[in-house]
Amino acid sequence: MASPLSAKRIIASLIIGWVVLVCAQALILYDLKFPISIVLGDSLLSITMLLLASLLVLNITRYYLPTSYQYIGIIASSSVLSLLWLLISNTCLKILFEEQTAYLGFLHNSLVIRYAFAFLVLTIVTIASILWYNWLERKKEFKRKADVEALSREAELFKLRQQLQPHFLFNSLNSINALIGLDPQLARKMVQQLSDFLRGTLKKEESQMVTLEEEIGYLNLYLEIEKVRFGNRLQTKIDISEGCKPALLPTLLLQPIVENAIKFGLYDTTGQTLITIDCRSEGNELIISVKNPFDPETSMPKKGTGFGLSSIKRRLYLLFARNDLLSTAAHDTIFETTVKIPQQV
Amino acid sequence: MSKVIIIDDEFLARSMVKEYLKKHPQLEVVAECGDGFEGLKAIQEHQPDLIFLDIQMPKISGFEMLELVENPPAVIFATAFDEYAIKAFEAHAIDYLLKPFDQERFDKAVSKFLASNLPVAAEHTKELLNDAQLPGSNNRIVVKNGSKIKIIPVQEVLYLEAADDFVKIFTKEGYYLKNKTMSFFESFLPADMFVRSHRSFIVNIQEITRIDPYEKDGHVAILKNGAKINVSRNGYGKLKGVLGL
Repeated sequence: MASPLSAKRIIASLIIGWVVLVCAQALILYDLKFPISIVLGDSLLSITMLLLASLLVLNITRYYLPTSYQYIGIIASSSVLSLLWLLISNTCLKILFEEQTAYLGFLHNSLVIRYAFAFLVLTIVTIASILWYNWLERKKEFKRKADVEALSREAELFKLRQQLQPHFLFNSLNSINALIGLDPQLARKMVQQLSDFLRGTLKKEESQMVTLEEEIGYLNLYLEIEKVRFGNRLQTKIDISEGCKPALLPTLLLQPIVENAIKFGLYDTTGQTLITIDCRSEGNELIISVKNPFDPETSMPKKGTGFGLSSIKRRLYLLFARNDLLSTAAHDTIFETTVKIPQQV
Repeated sequence: MSKVIIIDDEFLARSMVKEYLKKHPQLEVVAECGDGFEGLKAIQEHQPDLIFLDIQMPKISGFEMLELVENPPAVIFATAFDEYAIKAFEAHAIDYLLKPFDQERFDKAVSKFLASNLPVAAEHTKELLNDAQLPGSNNRIVVKNGSKIKIIPVQEVLYLEAADDFVKIFTKEGYYLKNKTMSFFESFLPADMFVRSHRSFIVNIQEITRIDPYEKDGHVAILKNGAKINVSRNGYGKLKGVLGL
């Protein structure tokens, strides 16, 4: 239940407490001019018994942890235990030092003080152990919650990434189906590209970071497939400024943004569509902007994000805890989606 | 001999259908179109018996195009839309083909068409457009203005008024007619923007400047452009709810 470290710590503090209390009691008895046998015998016996009582308390609280702090319960258990301790230690001492009448008188007179002392120690031990085990429980609970959160975050990221896929997949398969009759060579090439693309989506972890160069390579696979589907209606231009290539970004982030731009661009115009992708560094951030044409008369990009981008925004939030990384702007007939990726220094 | 038009924005998807059609010499492809505008023109020109129609296409969707055809022919949808979305109109289309599909599946759809009674099939298409909750965008309305096609974003619609078999869609520039029912628009338009204030009126709540009492237990909504919209008792309740009065 408890980790080895915490168990060790408990034992260490008990031993220290035992040594301190044995010394204290021995000093008092020595001060009262009792012979050395009584000094050692009394202090060792009483405090060791007290140590045993403390271990009992620890074991009880370990397996039975009060859900709320019941003061009455703590006081009651401590007083019963103290009484028990007093009874046993008193009896033992009486038997041990039968002939020492002066000492027996002292023992009798100090019963109340001994009881009060034991009660105090046991109450402190009880409270400390309750606090200790409660803290452990809480730590465990906290870790469990964090695990659950991480798990659901991962699942959500996975779902967000999967959202844009099926339509693309089925249309690509349809194109391949057509190509098998028209141009088997190209059909084979497209099967290869589609497989590479899908393999990429399968093996990657949601929170994994890849270099811009890798991500662009992956994006090109996707664009090649789309170009087969849409023929010369789809044109793309990718600009990467010097030094950006090793910058890191979450894997598979660009493809859905570009997919969105293509959908938006191709379905909003009947002619050719040019999609441009610009990558540059600014300060500590990698900035990627994707532009597509649109018709301001017929489609009103909603405020904030265009359609389909909210899931990307959510993903960026889950990864970076920031809401300002994705922005969109419409200039005249060009719609621009900009994504900023903070770089670790 | 039946006339067929293929409407799909992807060249390869069209050639696929053409290739499969080689087995059916009784069907003649009279036109191939890459978007809804071309499709509409071709349908008017050729009056086909059957169209193969994709749904997601540039500018206007397959549905929006169909809505603008006066006497729609029989339709076989060929789309990559998922099955769930397409189930909605299963009853009304001749058939639907989920991309990718093979010759066998295609032949089945064609024989369904050949077995069906043409006028009935065309009637089905009309029902499809009227009843089914079609997948697609509810943020715009596509209308025909003479020979031109106009796409009206819903936020530019001021109000709608029933006019016999048509609905008048009022915008700043004037009104457009569309052959639809009020209840279609009531369920089609976003409920947080449009309220059916009266049997014959649906109003864009952002256009309302005030609501005055009118005759006994009726009201009238005054719009920013001065238009007066009838508000029934029931409609007044709905308006109060949406406007948070």
